[in-house]
Amino acid sequence: MANRLSRIRLSRRNFMVGSATAAVAMPLVGARAGSQPERPSETIRYTAPVKLTINHQPYELNLDLRTTLLDAIRDHTGLTGTKKGCDHGQCGACTVLINGTRVLSCLTFAVMADGREVTTIEGLAREDSSLHPMQQAFIDCDAFQCGYCTPGQIMSAVGCVHEGHAASEGEIREYMSGNLCRCAAYPNVVAAILQARDETRKA
Amino acid sequence: MNKHSDLKAARIVGGVHSDQRHDSAHKHVAGTAVYIDDMPEPAGTLHAGLGLSTVAHGILKSVDLSSVRAAPGVVDVLTYEDVPGENDISPSGMHDDPVLAEGKVQFHGQPIFCVIAETREQARRAARLAKIEYEELDPIVHIWGLDPEKDKQVTTPLTLKRGDAAAAIAASPRRVKGSMKLGGQDHFYLEGQVALAVPGEDDEILVYSSTQGPSETQHMVAHALGVPSHAVTIEVRRMGGGFGGKETQANQCAAIAAIAAKKFKRAVKIRLDRDEDMTATGKRHDFVIDYEVGFDEEGHILGVDYMFALNAGFSADLSGPVGDRALFHCDNAYFYPAVHAKSAPLYTNTVSNTAFRGFGGPQGMVGCERVIEEVAFAVGKDPLEIRKLNFYDAMGVAGERNVTPYHQKVEDCIIQRIVAELEESADYAGRRRAIAEFNAKNRFIKRGIALTPVKFGISFTKTESNQAGALVHVYSDGSVHMNHGGTEMGQGLHLKVAQVVAEEFQIDLDRVKITATTTAKVPNTSPTAASSGADLNGMAAQNAARQIRKRLTDFAADRYQIPADQVVFLPNRVRVGNQEISFNDLVKQAYIARVQLSAAGHYKTPKIHWDRAKGRGHAFYYYAYGAACSEVSVDTLTGEYVVERTDILHDVGRSLNRAIDIGQVEGGFVQGMGWLTTEELVWDEKGRLRTHAPSTYKIPLASDRPKVFNVALTDWSEAYEPTIHRSKAVGEPPLPLGISVLQALSDAVASVADHKVCPRLDAPATPERVLMAIERLRAETADK
Repeated sequence: MANRLSRIRLSRRNFMVGSATAAVAMPLVGARAGSQPERPSETIRYTAPVKLTINHQPYELNLDLRTTLLDAIRDHTGLTGTKKGCDHGQCGACTVLINGTRVLSCLTFAVMADGREVTTIEGLAREDSSLHPMQQAFIDCDAFQCGYCTPGQIMSAVGCVHEGHAASEGEIREYMSGNLCRCAAYPNVVAAILQARDETRKA
Repeated sequence: MNKHSDLKAARIVGGVHSDQRHDSAHKHVAGTAVYIDDMPEPAGTLHAGLGLSTVAHGILKSVDLSSVRAAPGVVDVLTYEDVPGENDISPSGMHDDPVLAEGKVQFHGQPIFCVIAETREQARRAARLAKIEYEELDPIVHIWGLDPEKDKQVTTPLTLKRGDAAAAIAASPRRVKGSMKLGGQDHFYLEGQVALAVPGEDDEILVYSSTQGPSETQHMVAHALGVPSHAVTIEVRRMGGGFGGKETQANQCAAIAAIAAKKFKRAVKIRLDRDEDMTATGKRHDFVIDYEVGFDEEGHILGVDYMFALNAGFSADLSGPVGDRALFHCDNAYFYPAVHAKSAPLYTNTVSNTAFRGFGGPQGMVGCERVIEEVAFAVGKDPLEIRKLNFYDAMGVAGERNVTPYHQKVEDCIIQRIVAELEESADYAGRRRAIAEFNAKNRFIKRGIALTPVKFGISFTKTESNQAGALVHVYSDGSVHMNHGGTEMGQGLHLKVAQVVAEEFQIDLDRVKITATTTAKVPNTSPTAASSGADLNGMAAQNAARQIRKRLTDFAADRYQIPADQVVFLPNRVRVGNQEISFNDLVKQAYIARVQLSAAGHYKTPKIHWDRAKGRGHAFYYYAYGAACSEVSVDTLTGEYVVERTDILHDVGRSLNRAIDIGQVEGGFVQGMGWLTTEELVWDEKGRLRTHAPSTYKIPLASDRPKVFNVALTDWSEAYEPTIHRSKAVGEPPLPLGISVLQALSDAVASVADHKVCPRLDAPATPERVLMAIERLRAETADK
């Protein structure tokens, strides 16, 4: 696999132009962390071992190079808290933190996170499994209705605070505008971020 | 282990009229709330990918799927020939809604075939390889240009008539005639359409479907499989948003997954990609509304005539009832001395439009508010004055201005008080003056304000839908399992119904377990729609709980040899004569005495009836009211605008849960505002939807909501009818509060022509459309 990989130049362009007929090597459902048995099939091309650290837990996955971080998280590690809303980087439902910075996991290749620390909603709770102040604030402020955008909102909110863009309501609204909420729980999302801001900075 | 309930409490925790957090709150924030795509898949689950039509209207000359079948991972490809039962999922029984296209396609994006493969990615890639030849036919893409009297309609239109509108208009001192275009709206539920079908023994199948109407999905799946309903179970724990978009639109995915699962004897999952979802599933209807109104010099409406032409798309779906509800709301909160209103559900070669929060009602009200605006500009008054002149008589007033266009008497009108209170709390008059001063001083930025009312009719107009069922079990440890026919899509329905059950038994809310909606527990349910969820299911659950409580009471009376009226349910305990025993202990004793501790409840809404052919009836059990006041500022050089402030006062009767209801009001308003401002669906001349992702279709963001946003519920109102704890429905009524933003934009636009010309601002009022209206008004006044 390493030899095969070394023959391909690793660049975003290569990922993008990968032959459309090349099928992905998604492991069968139910497969979880750990190396996948390589299937002797011509259809497996451009796969590579990827080492991800998600919520402090190491994962070694064998992934098609074009697998997004979102699909890797949802389909290969069984962490389904991160949601797929549009798969276009437009709705924010898939927001996770990489080394503490918020990214859209649907627009990030899993290999780009190789060796870096990924935090998903499941990893936000503290070690004693008590809620992160932002999670608690979302509960306290009723900052959701259907809940589907909530993991992305919370991850984005944590990122927003750490970036220093939570000084005022207006600033929060602007810097949270990448996270769509169709139920429009926006007033409460902003209230939650204001509530959790100071504690989140310390966290 | 049971947590011990407080046996000395004065009140239970989590009864009705208490602010409780959403039952799934702790799961939503932890990412542990399970949606269908998050469920562990059964071993060997296959995945479906749709093949969609690339033309809007055409005959299928040949469909070559050989390359599709040969693609990696593909198990098989389904076409209409693989549908074992009826290839039809028409909710209205019109046989015009194929599961998979047969012989012809009628809109761009119509599913023609479905690839079943080992992975979703393989299915989707293979679907691109089909070679399909079409004999293209001219598509009808838009309804403007169609004749609502003569062109093809998908179902029977409705006419409402009271008095002689034509004569009244002809005899009026003043008359105005006009037309408005009103755009549609994509639901954009964050969780797209999804279904997971698991085959069972014999003809059985279990489908996890993100559906608002499990019973209807059950019927459609059974219909498509050609099996009795008893073979099909539909289950849904929660949806990631519905908004009407999963009332009938979930059926196609459920049917396809079920057909494939039975065929291959493996679980099958289908989840639409966002672009596919927006392309292939129905939306809110766009309308063309023609109106003529007669009025006097004061602004009293004397007669009005409406034509509501709606874009049904290629099939009937729910377009008939949606058009009906537009007519039911063409009066908004106003009395028409004479009225004639007609719907025209027109056929086009676009996706079949469907339910969307408000179900045509908001479209009727937008048309109505345009008429109010026309009258106001014609007589030179503030539109709010015209509104107040034309309101229905207030509740308790012995007048005659209280009959709707469908001949129902409005008995519970509280709009006067709501508007008066909001006028004061929002300082409408003071801000109106301040805005005039601001506009006089500012050349380019103009402000506008509007205060608009809402009266929304509550009940399904299809009478048989106004029923509900529930199933309540009390286990021998005193814990309660609650199930009902309603579905959870974020609106807090399950929580409200659980509060009702907790109240009946007088036990803390955490003793009541909320469970997934399933057709196997409660049959023949109505979709969770028409804002009816808590009204209907709350009553059904209350009925079930009361049956069990009665049995417990009778048991206690018999066991302790006291009259039944000395058995009193107190918080977490029961007073039996002189002694108090815990609820749990009483239940245990009842179980040992072999008392049945499970009950099925049922409810049907009283009073309502509706004769569609005659256009008469008591269509609605009651009305919900509200009003919003919005202020905007508009850049007259670009058309861009900001909503500066919105104040809302909304009536939910005696709220079951104010925290939930305020969320519904805020969310409904913002969604209505989005519909009328930034959300624009664009079809090109070939009938292709060009706005099929959030990159091009703009729903409101956190930064779009009003800068100042004051939302209050009336703390004095209660339902006029004996609804569940005198609360009122809250799902849809707040959506048309968004009309205040459209009217405020219109007010700002009108300022460029000194409020002499009605701007006739169509919706969605995108910055482009606002700018065009400004330019038009400037040109018109420059000519004079």
